[in-house]
Amino acid sequence: MKPIIFFALAAITLGACNKKLTGGASTGTHPGQITLAFENSAGDKKVSLNGDTYTNAAGETLSITLLQYFISNISFKKTDGAVITLPQDSSYFLVKESEPGSKQLTLSVPKGNYASVSFMLGIDSLRNTKPLTERTGILDPAGGAEGMYWGWNSGYIFFKMEGHSSAIPDNKAGTKKFRYHIGLYGGMNSPTVNNIKIITLNLKDKQVAKAGPGKSPVVRINTDILKMFYGTEIISIAQKPVVMVTPYSRHIADNYAGMFSLKAVENN
Amino acid sequence: MKKVFLKKRLLTGWLIFTGILLLAGFTGKPSLFRQPANFPAPAYNVSVNPVTDAGFVLGKKLFYDPLLSADTTISCGSCHIQAAAFSHHGHDLSHGIHDLLGTRNAPALQNLAWYTRYMWDGGITDLDLQPIAPITNPVEMGDTLSAVIRKLNAHPLYPDLFKKAFGTDRISTALVMKALSQFMISLVSADSKYDKVMRNEGDFFSAAESEGYQVYKKNCASCHPEPLFTDQQFRSSGLPLLEEGDEGRFLVSLDSNERYTFRVPTLRNLKFTFPYMHDGRFYTIDEVLDHYASGVSHTTRPDPAFKLPDGSYGIHLSPEQRKTLKTFLLTLNDTAFVKNPLYEEAGSQLYIK
Repeated sequence: MKPIIFFALAAITLGACNKKLTGGASTGTHPGQITLAFENSAGDKKVSLNGDTYTNAAGETLSITLLQYFISNISFKKTDGAVITLPQDSSYFLVKESEPGSKQLTLSVPKGNYASVSFMLGIDSLRNTKPLTERTGILDPAGGAEGMYWGWNSGYIFFKMEGHSSAIPDNKAGTKKFRYHIGLYGGMNSPTVNNIKIITLNLKDKQVAKAGPGKSPVVRINTDILKMFYGTEIISIAQKPVVMVTPYSRHIADNYAGMFSLKAVENN
Repeated sequence: MKKVFLKKRLLTGWLIFTGILLLAGFTGKPSLFRQPANFPAPAYNVSVNPVTDAGFVLGKKLFYDPLLSADTTISCGSCHIQAAAFSHHGHDLSHGIHDLLGTRNAPALQNLAWYTRYMWDGGITDLDLQPIAPITNPVEMGDTLSAVIRKLNAHPLYPDLFKKAFGTDRISTALVMKALSQFMISLVSADSKYDKVMRNEGDFFSAAESEGYQVYKKNCASCHPEPLFTDQQFRSSGLPLLEEGDEGRFLVSLDSNERYTFRVPTLRNLKFTFPYMHDGRFYTIDEVLDHYASGVSHTTRPDPAFKLPDGSYGIHLSPEQRKTLKTFLLTLNDTAFVKNPLYEEAGSQLYIK
């Protein structure tokens, strides 16, 4: 079973990879640079970790204390159809609401006009099973990925959101806390839930991003976390205050695959 | 001409050098990780992380060091005691920091290089990733990995030990895990009477042991095959469901067909590894065999291997069969393993110069 899952997921991950870059994503030697700027929102409000409240599709009031997710395996499509896949090793990012700098991904790309961008929300299955020597920096379970890794069921947490909601009945500790820790890459020895999502945004919907010497376009991406609560399934915080390694995580992942939208392309 | 001559000299020099190395290998100390003749090739990639003296010494020190826990009270060796074949002697469940109790029986550590799945639920498939689970489990060692790395880097001895083992004193997650793996894969148990009989080393089964071996082959070997005495598959023994309702492998795979299944444990070193089963509910082999004789419960969906022709589930042995089976199982105990001074916490300094 293992090889089948591997190849199936490898195909998804690397399928679009018909051109390889040689430089690093943010420190590369390419003349062009594209910045993906993520902005987390809750509907039309900006996400704040300071107690602001929002209302989800089930009509429940919530506030957010922690929000972070992995963006990886980034590729761009040029207007001539050529696909530029960033070198995988420098294509892993942890977007943290608490760290503004982490929300700006500056990527080195060849000169060209770019019509779309694709990225993975999560960590590909191959990297989930690589030796520790290939999990450094943001992927180090003792470093950048601390708190985003399950030790007992080896694998990365892709998306983590925690907060409070008055809709939740009091728990033992007397707090009304929700925790959504979503991961699962499809399993190593036997197939399990696969919550890896690939998102494609058409830059052309706004405008083509023009990269080259002296041109560093910024692609502004809005992440509406309230969409995590609806889309394919209405998620009620009161009914599901904690979702981690359960089959139900599928519904949250299906929902959050739709939370990204293109806000603007700025050609600078 | 000159070039050829030089090449020849280099070759001769190289041959002498390897000769010396080989000689040292044969006449000197035993190797730390060894391949028993009656075992298949190991699953762990030893060539990527070869066991060295310095790596073994470091791995052993880490294994027995409570520094790896949040309040410096629990080490790996706290629940994996050599005298109990690296299981938790006599404990059904194990207690971690602040006397917090776990939910499963600490399994024996032996022949780990031949395993491809770790833990009762197989949630870990790479030995180098295994220690992360107990270190970060809040009821076991309850620490964070970053704190452990920080403590090791600030320690008066560890940076130097890492330098000796890996050539760098910059302690990383990967190197901590590699050192622990070097110690753990060296825990090879292959010197039981059974092993010596199989390798024709001059030992022979008694009549009762031979009969018991046949009983084992007919009734146990499908799930506990030689030479590891486990097939590492996930199966349900039909254990009656306790209040806690441990769903086993399901918690990892989320496959409802695997609910209540656990990785088949080995039958090696049973004398030292009681109590038995994933929650340590049985303290004797007889209790286990009684369960298979008449206690198999349908609620936890017993493995098809237990199905009998009449549709019921279990293993029915005559009193004589049970007696000889137990006699055979005794031949799987490896006293040299549980007494090997090399593995002892304060023991052998054989490899420290």
